Amino acid sequence: MQNQLLSFLGRRRNWAIPYALFLVFFVLVPMTLIVYYAFTNQDGQFTFANIQKFWIHPEAMNTFIYSVVVAMITTVICILIGYPAAYILSKMEARTAKLLVILFILPMWINFLIRTLATVALFDFFKIPLGEGALIFGMVYNFLPFMIYPIYNILQKTDKSLIEAAQDLGANPRQVFLKTELPLSVPGIISGVIMVFMPVISTFAIAELLTINNIKLFGTTLQENIYNGTWNYGAALSLIMLLLIGLTALLNRDENTKAAEEGNLL
Amino acid sequence: MKKRILSSSYLGLLLVLLYAPILIIIIFSFTEAKVLGNWTGFSLKLYASIFKGGIHHSLTSALWNTLIIGLIAAFSATLLGTMAAIGIHNLQHRSQQAIKMVNTIPILNPDIITAISMFLLFVSLGISQGYTTVILAHITFCTPYVVLSVLPRLRRMNTNLYEAALDLGATPFVAVRKILIPELKPGMISGFILAFTLSIDDFVVTLFTIGNEGLETLSTYIYADARRGGLTPELRPLSAIIFIVVLLLLLVINRRSAQKNITYNSNN
Repeated sequence: MQNQLLSFLGRRRNWAIPYALFLVFFVLVPMTLIVYYAFTNQDGQFTFANIQKFWIHPEAMNTFIYSVVVAMITTVICILIGYPAAYILSKMEARTAKLLVILFILPMWINFLIRTLATVALFDFFKIPLGEGALIFGMVYNFLPFMIYPIYNILQKTDKSLIEAAQDLGANPRQVFLKTELPLSVPGIISGVIMVFMPVISTFAIAELLTINNIKLFGTTLQENIYNGTWNYGAALSLIMLLLIGLTALLNRDENTKAAEEGNLL
Repeated sequence: MKKRILSSSYLGLLLVLLYAPILIIIIFSFTEAKVLGNWTGFSLKLYASIFKGGIHHSLTSALWNTLIIGLIAAFSATLLGTMAAIGIHNLQHRSQQAIKMVNTIPILNPDIITAISMFLLFVSLGISQGYTTVILAHITFCTPYVVLSVLPRLRRMNTNLYEAALDLGATPFVAVRKILIPELKPGMISGFILAFTLSIDDFVVTLFTIGNEGLETLSTYIYADARRGGLTPELRPLSAIIFIVVLLLLLVINRRSAQKNITYNSNN
């Protein structure tokens, strides 16, 4: 028995088996369950009703479209604010830049609900009304570090000789940026977009707190359905979101893995 | 010169904005007022009540639950993920690609999808939700990050070392302990820290897998608090302390790695 175990472990590729089984049971089966629940009714019979309800029932559809718009605005603002910051950081001396990057990431160690409540207190203090503007501000505030970090990472690794080559060939600073640095940093922007766009759509709690329950995002709709026991409809809505994720993932397959690999701070 | 001042003030402005809410929490941790934003004079009462065990029992247990779940999840994820990475590294290309692809699903999925899928799994199996389900769910979304932080170290490593140890008569266990683990350690440590951070910061997946037996973690506690319309005052000094500790820790690590770089460079 012990010898069998030893020879089994002796082949190192067998070491992947426990995790492979784990992934099947805790990732693939649960994902399949979403599809199963989306296409069945409460008695377990096959139906399209849940998907149809999304098209017919305007409320969920409207929330979905609204969330996508909010996510797009947030993502664009994050790029506009985050890119210059990442660019400046990448031009700094490595030690200072590293310290500053840590400072940008550090707020994430405070629970995001507490930070959001503090933002609400801040808005109250300056007598700024809560609502759509506060929502966008809160989202940008929460997700900006996720945009700065991947862009900084890629800018900092850009081969300096390419920039020098452009300069030698007579490009002015603007041309150097537009023709070399910007195109080379596109993968970083894409990782940033992936790390900001989908999470904004699916966030709940932040929207309620920043708009005094006036604005709902798609994440809240999903949560409400699961909580009210309408699992099948909730699963159908999740499936629609999964399709969107599949689309963004297809746009950029390798970058995700790379972004995650580089995602660790230390 | 002008450009430099402009760019530093841009970063400065961003940091001020980013830290404003945190500053609010820290400032208002020094007053007794129940509502965040009311100043009723300087007081250390909230700090005193944390250290004298004066805070509500449910908050203390939420804090402990968060730490215990985080440690167990991070430890299991590191173990499972490191083993998996070693296995994956030695797989043939196609099965390697397949398992790597499934490994990225929990990373790509927004929290709420992971949460709902886990919820449906536990519900359809009729498993009652509580400690175990939260930990299993946390291991699920933490392990992929461990795998991804250990794999690059395996790629960089000289695989002949392991074979050499076996040829010289080491059992696989000894070879793993003496050769593989030391090489993989940095990846394992950063994987562990990442997993722990993700776990203690998680809210959505926890909320969906925690059941309704009264188990609370820090984030579900704060969520319930916020829905009732307020924040337990003691959470202010608690967040302030956590923030300062993490800040100091990161500064120390940063300093040490900077010094290491200097000595390394001067040796070359």
